[in-house]
Amino acid sequence: MLRAVLRGSRLCPALLRAPFSAAAASPIPAPNPRPDIAFNKIFINNEWHDAVSKKTFPSINPATGEVICQVAEGDKADVDKAVKAAKAAFQLGSPWRRMDASHRGKLLNRLADLIERDRAYLAALETLDNGKPYAISYLVDLDMVVKCLRYFAGWSDKFHGKTIPLDGDFFCYTRHEPVGVCGQIIPWNFPLLMQAWKLGPALATGNVVVMKVAEQTPLSALYVANLIKEAGFPPGVVNIIPGYGPTAGAAISSHMDIDKVAFTGSTEVGHLIQKAAAESNLKRVTLELGGKSPNIIMSDADMDWAVDQAHFALFFNQGQCCCAGSRTYVQEDIYNEFVERSVEKAKARVVGNPFDFKTEQGPQVDEEQFKKILGYISTGQREGAKLLCGGNPAADRGYFIQPTVFGDVQDNMTIAREEIFGPVMQILKFKTIEEVIERANDSKYGLAAAVFTKDLDKANFVSQSLRAGTVWINCYDVFGAQAPFGGYKASGNGRELGEYGLEAYVEVKNVSSPGSNPLEQLQIVFVPLLWAGLRTGAKL
Amino acid sequence: MKKQGSDGNPAPVMPALPEPLKDLKIKYTKIFINNEWHDSVHGKKFAVFNPATEEKICEVEEGDKPDVDKAVKAARKAFELGSTWRTMDASERGRLLNKLADLVERDRLILATMETIDGGKLFSTAYLMDLGACIKTLRYCAGWADKIHGRTVPMDGNFFTFTRHEPIGVCGQIIPWNFPLVMFIWKIAPALCCGNTVVVKPAEQTPLSALYMGSLIKEAGFPPGVVNIVPGFGPTAGAAISHHMDIDKVAFTGSTEVGKLIKEAAGKSNLKRVTLELGGKSPNIIFADADLDAAVEFAHIGLFYHQGQCCIAGSRIFVEEPIYDEFVRRSIERAKKYTLGDPLKPGVQQGPQIDKEQYEKILELIESGKKEGAKLECGGGPWGDKGYFIQPTVFSNVTDDMRIAKEEIFGPVQQIMKFKTIDEVIKRANNTTYGLAAAVFTKDIDKALTFAAALQAGTVWVNCYSALSAQCPFGGFKMSGNGREMGEYGLHEYTEVKTVTIKIPQKNS
Repeated sequence: MLRAVLRGSRLCPALLRAPFSAAAASPIPAPNPRPDIAFNKIFINNEWHDAVSKKTFPSINPATGEVICQVAEGDKADVDKAVKAAKAAFQLGSPWRRMDASHRGKLLNRLADLIERDRAYLAALETLDNGKPYAISYLVDLDMVVKCLRYFAGWSDKFHGKTIPLDGDFFCYTRHEPVGVCGQIIPWNFPLLMQAWKLGPALATGNVVVMKVAEQTPLSALYVANLIKEAGFPPGVVNIIPGYGPTAGAAISSHMDIDKVAFTGSTEVGHLIQKAAAESNLKRVTLELGGKSPNIIMSDADMDWAVDQAHFALFFNQGQCCCAGSRTYVQEDIYNEFVERSVEKAKARVVGNPFDFKTEQGPQVDEEQFKKILGYISTGQREGAKLLCGGNPAADRGYFIQPTVFGDVQDNMTIAREEIFGPVMQILKFKTIEEVIERANDSKYGLAAAVFTKDLDKANFVSQSLRAGTVWINCYDVFGAQAPFGGYKASGNGRELGEYGLEAYVEVKNVSSPGSNPLEQLQIVFVPLLWAGLRTGAKL
Repeated sequence: MKKQGSDGNPAPVMPALPEPLKDLKIKYTKIFINNEWHDSVHGKKFAVFNPATEEKICEVEEGDKPDVDKAVKAARKAFELGSTWRTMDASERGRLLNKLADLVERDRLILATMETIDGGKLFSTAYLMDLGACIKTLRYCAGWADKIHGRTVPMDGNFFTFTRHEPIGVCGQIIPWNFPLVMFIWKIAPALCCGNTVVVKPAEQTPLSALYMGSLIKEAGFPPGVVNIVPGFGPTAGAAISHHMDIDKVAFTGSTEVGKLIKEAAGKSNLKRVTLELGGKSPNIIFADADLDAAVEFAHIGLFYHQGQCCIAGSRIFVEEPIYDEFVRRSIERAKKYTLGDPLKPGVQQGPQIDKEQYEKILELIESGKKEGAKLECGGGPWGDKGYFIQPTVFSNVTDDMRIAKEEIFGPVQQIMKFKTIDEVIKRANNTTYGLAAAVFTKDIDKALTFAAALQAGTVWVNCYSALSAQCPFGGFKMSGNGREMGEYGLHEYTEVKTVTIKIPQKNS
């Protein structure tokens, strides 16, 4: 079964490559398509709360359009409660502040153990709420979640400050201190993985968290909340609020007592977050936003592999990836063959019930996205792109869309400039390497890019010329907790993952003190200043 | 602010102390190569003794040059390009080390009991301190496995340059008997997290816990040949490692005398990389403004911990003149409180020295102290009628030229000296061939920082002693060693840096 799934879905091998992990060695357990929902409230102080307003909202199964359950709807009042809990947990002298860094790592490792224990359940829940194929949830999302948490567990006692050879007789060092209360707003396309990406670095470095999960997909994050409690994190360290952006999300980004906000989502909302931070308390901001990532196929590339990877780059996760390779630039002399084979591949893609092991593509996440994508498809047709396959809904109910390929796409078309976030592939033609670099960079986005070539010089030249936070050479969507990820330009601020990802979660404190007689030091420092002042005629 | 000592760190640092195992069976007594158990090529064995009773525990296969050769072949094979170990994800190496930590945690009671019977270590110390440190060190290094970053380098010209931190290869590791398990872990954990393969020689006095680790390494899932363990003696198996033409690096913890031999052998053979963690005669400086209770206690523990058998032992205690008499008086009082006896029994505070050789050496140094005019304040002789026990011993009026002030005693013998000025004590503290550790006790921040900078030692403690953990680098200045173990620094000793430069058509910043 495993092999069938792997071959069928043609996943990037790098994503599934885990020769020693238990997951790859044992078959995927059969899914329970109706997992019990145990947690649907607001998680504050390791306890479950109704919304202050008592309001709830429905979480919907995108494969059927049916309501799964009602979930407590957090708003400003709930965010305030959560921030209070988080602040109390972060007080000087609190258990969390006095905990050994290595013990924070131990707790994160324990959380990873618990997620591994409940892997099949969480994968089913993710599929139910988000619509992604269960095999992918189980093999890709859950695997990466566990690895991400373990990776950051290791960092907790290794993010070193420095001692610094300051001029004069001073002893000078830096401490990497946690920023404080971190607001984290996460999206619906990889609910569990985005939660892990946010929690891992924040907790490893000793912060406390108020997290708002997407209204489309709150369920798996709330289950993990319970595991956080079980792992033994002190109350208030992690607080999780399901709710909407304009209410709960806005309350976080404009909160006067939140020290940092991290957001993953659309560029449009990213603007609002940064503005709210500026207008409130100048909280630190990291953003991981949209993209329109170029994928450049040179004519000397391995054709089979390039077609395969370009397909995967766009269609993975129903096209709902911020780093989707949504501008596929193909060199002129192989363009026709590449297009033909890409259409063939798209037509063969199996769309259907995400709990079915044969399924490669599930539904889009909700009706709004579904309609938006269909709107982009008609715009593409209207603006003169050539619709080569797909273009329509793929089922009578649920938010399924046929895998769609456009050829003869021009750079000025809407579908070549805007993020579609759906299973719609744009193929563009280019002639020279200089031309394609210029066109690839002509975008407000800069999240990811790829180049396919066998030529070492081309690979180096293109990869160093592209303005993108991640460049893949002869591969796509290769992720690991070790490698930093984030955007140039309007694709975001800051980086997540890797050692770089820790920087966003610490304040650097510089401590200096005289090494011996303080009076002597005063003279050493101020006498030259005095002389410099006198020389320039300045008054001291 | 809480007062020092009332620390209530929420991390459950100390588990409850169980009873030691009553019927410990020794299952592993052979040479561990390729995840299998081997008899020695020569067919020889040696006896392992319980130092508390002088009784034989069991016989262990005695490794020699041919066994080291076998182990090196296995380690070399495991390190071949394309091997399971070389193609493994770094994060997977980390997972295996974490798994090993889980197994050590599971078998903590077995290992602690073994460490006590074989090494004479107090059971409570073995269970809480040694095993605790082992587990934490394994987890610490597990976390590093996928974080050992190379760099990309902005080289002049049209080039793209990056570095890879590659494993060195086959590492020979020779470990001592004072902390058999902790030293085993300190050696293998950084080596394995960097992707090396190892041939470990445990001390002939204490091979049992290391061999038990062989079985756990296999159970954790390390590929065959990655870790090989050859029990044996220094002049035979140890020399075979340090002279070996196919071992890329040797790491040794032990005496300065043997350290010199190791480095010489490396020089004579294949210029293998050498790291050494050797002896010490560490100064512990107590100022009159220090918290006297804390200073007496730290100075005491800093010397008497594990029967004085610590390379970091604070064996030269310099006390400022105004508090000298009081400090000596309280130190004697503290030393006299000891209960000696069977280290398995609760309430016992001092076990036996490791073996007869050490025992006789310590007694001989005590005699020299008396002869050279130091004042014997308490102890000074053997204790009990069997086992290698020595009374807790305190000397006052020790002067810098006495043998007990210059040589490493490695036993429960405390030397207390007097000093007057800062300049004087810095000079005296540094006037030694050693430079492993040092400490200063004072409430004055200027004095503290002055000493932190002035003392020639790899570790300086301020108002504490013996504070070690996996995050902190440890190693010696001068003849106390070469290189550092633990912390990020410790990883440098287990990697080769490879610079890769690729010609590119045109550079762009």
